[in-house]
Amino acid sequence: MKNILRQILHARNFMIGFVTIVIILFAVSIYPLFNQGSPLDMIGLGTFFKPGTYISMYDAVETAPTYTLRLDDAAAKRVEAKLPQADRESMKKWLVAYGIPDEAINTDDLNDLLNLWNNTYDPDARPSGLTSAFRKSVARIDAALTGLLESLDVRVYTQEPSTGEMRETAQIKDNQYINVSEVINTRKLWLGTDNFGRDAFKELLAATGVSLKIGLIAGVIATALGLLLGLVSGFVGGIVDDIIMFFANLFTVIPGFVLLILISYSIGQEQRGATVVAAVIGCTSWVWTTRSVRAQTLSLRNRDHVNLSRLSGHSLPRILITDILPYIASYVVMALILQICSGILAEAQLSMLGLGPKTTETPTLGLMMFWGMTYAAHQNGAWWAYFPVILMIALVSFSLNLMNTGLDQVFNPQLRS
Amino acid sequence: MPEQVLTNSITQGGLCLSGKGVTKIFGMGARKTVAVDHVDFEFRKSEVISIVGESGSGKTTLVKMLLGLTSVTEGDIYFMGQKRDISSRKKKHDYWRGIQAIFQDPFSSYNIFHKIDAVLLDCINMRGGNGLPKKKKVDMMAEACSFVNLKYEELTNKYPFELSGGQMQRLMIARIFLLQPSILLADEPTSMIDACSRATILDMLLNLRRDIGMTIIFVTHDIGLAYYVSDTVYIMERGKIVEFGGADDVILRPKADYTQRLIQDVPKIHEPWDFTNRKARTAVFV
Amino acid sequence: MAKIMLDVKDLSTKYITRFREDVYAVDRVSFQVEEGKSLGIAGESGCGKSTLALSLMGYYFAPLHYMSGSIKIEGREITSMTPDDVRKNILGTEIAYIPQAAMNALNPTQKIIRFIEDVIQAHDPSKTRKDIRDMARRRFEVLNLPADVLDKHAVELSGGMKQRTVIAISTILSPKVLIADEPSSALDVTSQKMVIKMIFDLMHDGFIRSMIFITHELPLLYNVTDDIAVMYAGQFVETGSAEQTVFDPIHPYSRGLMHSIIVPEAGTRDQKLEAIPGTPPNLKNPPGGCRFAERCKFASPQCRASDVAFTTIGGGRGYRCIYPEERLKEVYAHA
Repeated sequence: MKNILRQILHARNFMIGFVTIVIILFAVSIYPLFNQGSPLDMIGLGTFFKPGTYISMYDAVETAPTYTLRLDDAAAKRVEAKLPQADRESMKKWLVAYGIPDEAINTDDLNDLLNLWNNTYDPDARPSGLTSAFRKSVARIDAALTGLLESLDVRVYTQEPSTGEMRETAQIKDNQYINVSEVINTRKLWLGTDNFGRDAFKELLAATGVSLKIGLIAGVIATALGLLLGLVSGFVGGIVDDIIMFFANLFTVIPGFVLLILISYSIGQEQRGATVVAAVIGCTSWVWTTRSVRAQTLSLRNRDHVNLSRLSGHSLPRILITDILPYIASYVVMALILQICSGILAEAQLSMLGLGPKTTETPTLGLMMFWGMTYAAHQNGAWWAYFPVILMIALVSFSLNLMNTGLDQVFNPQLRS
Repeated sequence: MPEQVLTNSITQGGLCLSGKGVTKIFGMGARKTVAVDHVDFEFRKSEVISIVGESGSGKTTLVKMLLGLTSVTEGDIYFMGQKRDISSRKKKHDYWRGIQAIFQDPFSSYNIFHKIDAVLLDCINMRGGNGLPKKKKVDMMAEACSFVNLKYEELTNKYPFELSGGQMQRLMIARIFLLQPSILLADEPTSMIDACSRATILDMLLNLRRDIGMTIIFVTHDIGLAYYVSDTVYIMERGKIVEFGGADDVILRPKADYTQRLIQDVPKIHEPWDFTNRKARTAVFV
Repeated sequence: MAKIMLDVKDLSTKYITRFREDVYAVDRVSFQVEEGKSLGIAGESGCGKSTLALSLMGYYFAPLHYMSGSIKIEGREITSMTPDDVRKNILGTEIAYIPQAAMNALNPTQKIIRFIEDVIQAHDPSKTRKDIRDMARRRFEVLNLPADVLDKHAVELSGGMKQRTVIAISTILSPKVLIADEPSSALDVTSQKMVIKMIFDLMHDGFIRSMIFITHELPLLYNVTDDIAVMYAGQFVETGSAEQTVFDPIHPYSRGLMHSIIVPEAGTRDQKLEAIPGTPPNLKNPPGGCRFAERCKFASPQCRASDVAFTTIGGGRGYRCIYPEERLKEVYAHA
């Protein structure tokens, strides 16, 4: 026993998978302590806010102390933000067409470019080789350039509720700063928000937790059922074996996923909590465990130690538990890991079809993908709404499979190098 | 007249195990195979009996039927003169107090997850020794171990895989010593054991007969071994008993064709073995 | 003097276990086999006899590793060859190996003739299928194997027939040395006899020119081989003709082994079987001195003092014991 544990700890594959799963579990259970509130709160009014830190504008203006900083590149940065590289290229193209030599134009030096532009640009000129659409777009750029290099103060007015009089309360200069940490209300949205305006990162962690739970319940149910049926079928044999194998064959012939869809559908939206879905998945995926446990039991049944145990007058449950189960325990543990993994995937598949757990009450990895897909997150470029979910599913199932192969190397002497 | 099963002083002569028309059929219809075909036998108390057969002769199936590990399709088995009844768990339990077995492969005879003590304690419990004080149980285990020349102190708290094949098989005999059944079925007890440990195992098995008066039924493919150890030999071929009788009669003066062929085909040392003609080659050498 | 087909000198090989431990399974083994002769190797399980058989092929793969010594087949050294060279030019043509479970090596989806084609074409790609079939048919006829076996699948053959077929396939290139490791122990006695008969035919017809035969069944070994070497804990402890080793063993271990023989002959029942107590030593760190001393009835403190040399007494006979032959005989007479 100690030896086996030592070997497991030395199995690199197993340990990598195991540590990953532990880290995920740790994050899932720790994060809610730092970020309280339900993961399903729709905090954002709007869909798919980008990842980043959100700062209350109100607080920034109203309450945060201001500091004056003289930063040389501040103005340039503002201009840069307003005049992107594509626009500069358009300006250059116009200038070149107008007759300015290519070498004289430097799109990187903004002051130079603007000087050249202001001195040269003539809205009425029609340089050859330019479409009228292009000329119009250049005219729009020119209009936006007005006042680009001067910065005016922003004035903030408040309306007196009683009189309706506007009173200036603040004047914000271009060199005034606030310290982000002094703003009362900020929110870090690591992965932005989803289509409902939920904090996607928080939802992802909560969903991972729920999905793991579904996988675990489904895996335990499937493995327990498979183990029990397999043991009884293999050891008792005869008519019992025939009956169990009849049902196992039935379940093998009907594709498991179709069955899963039918059962989920007939249960109805209202009854489908996470646990129910997990139970349904568990009850439809016991077949392979049953078959392999039965096969192993059959070969163990004729081992002499089982015969001797019978000759010693031991009862059937005792023989199954003490003389057969320990021999297949390693296999059962591996089957359990795989069943957990396939449970998580089955939930994701079901949810993608809209047959997952009740849609508004629980987050699951499958549901997140479902919503992401329904609201066309991938077409809107909102990668944060679905890509981290895919990564998480991949990571979880990869880690579980790594654990499985690691255990296989320990228990299966043929795979030892 | 109820017969005391757990007696140590069975007098030689009476029948302890016999069968009439014992048959085992596997499968049905076109897939029907007759593993044991209307076999009759009479095993006498305190005798050493050998059932000799090659693989596929049905001897292992016969053993399982005799042990009550598999059902008898047809025919009756009589135990201590009475028709065997193993219809309930209780009756099976009683039957197994009277008949026990040692199997071929010592490595697969142990539950590798249990310590050796557990195997021996099981036997004491089976004979109703549950309530005995621990000291007494240890004494019994130590006695059983010393019967097979093992030291209990060296074995206690060990797992079977820490023992050699010979030691494991000896411990199996210690198990029988504790159980003291009236009949022991030894299914190829030495075929996985090295030749030089074989004598030890055989000696110990024969001591069981000498000391306890146990009936020992050897089941083996090794006709030489059968001849060496047994009083009575049964030869099995394809589910049927083709010849039986006293060991000298069957081995030295075989009547059935099958027995004759079997004996002829086994390599020998003092007599020439068919085509190799060792004698002729030896002549050149000398 | 007859030509020496196989000349092994001080061959040592070891296993490296998963835990990086060395198991010295074959330790400085030397012997010669002449043309037309066969050598039998006897010993308990775990004494290294099967490892020796594997080592003799010169083709080493993990966990088996070559340490030192030489193997010459008809004067040609094979231990210095590359594994690829050995596979192409030695295996099958110079030396053939039949393991105990050989009959299970036949792929059940292929006809027997395909294996023969594989074997022959691996060494001579120019041979056509028809040539190979003719050759195989002739060989099978000589060996009294029905020729229709060629077009059967392995599952259609009985165990004995399968084993004979495998032997026929392994020796189709007429190797100089055949190494047979328990080729018949999984078979019933009648099939065993036919396998042995076939090996004799191979030898008689010159398809193989010498043989190493390994088995734990001493009566069989006695009947099959000319000479017998007794192996214990990776070393040869006694060599001699079959007659000598069986009826007149010198080494205490051989003597114990020979006294455990049981055969169905008159007189067997009167004989007293002898047992050798204890178990063979662990070859991870073999004991110094005589490796058998721990189990030997006649051992004295000197036995454990230093390594025991192998004493040769002529006629291929030798033994590994500190006592001279006469002394041992004397002790045995009183035992």
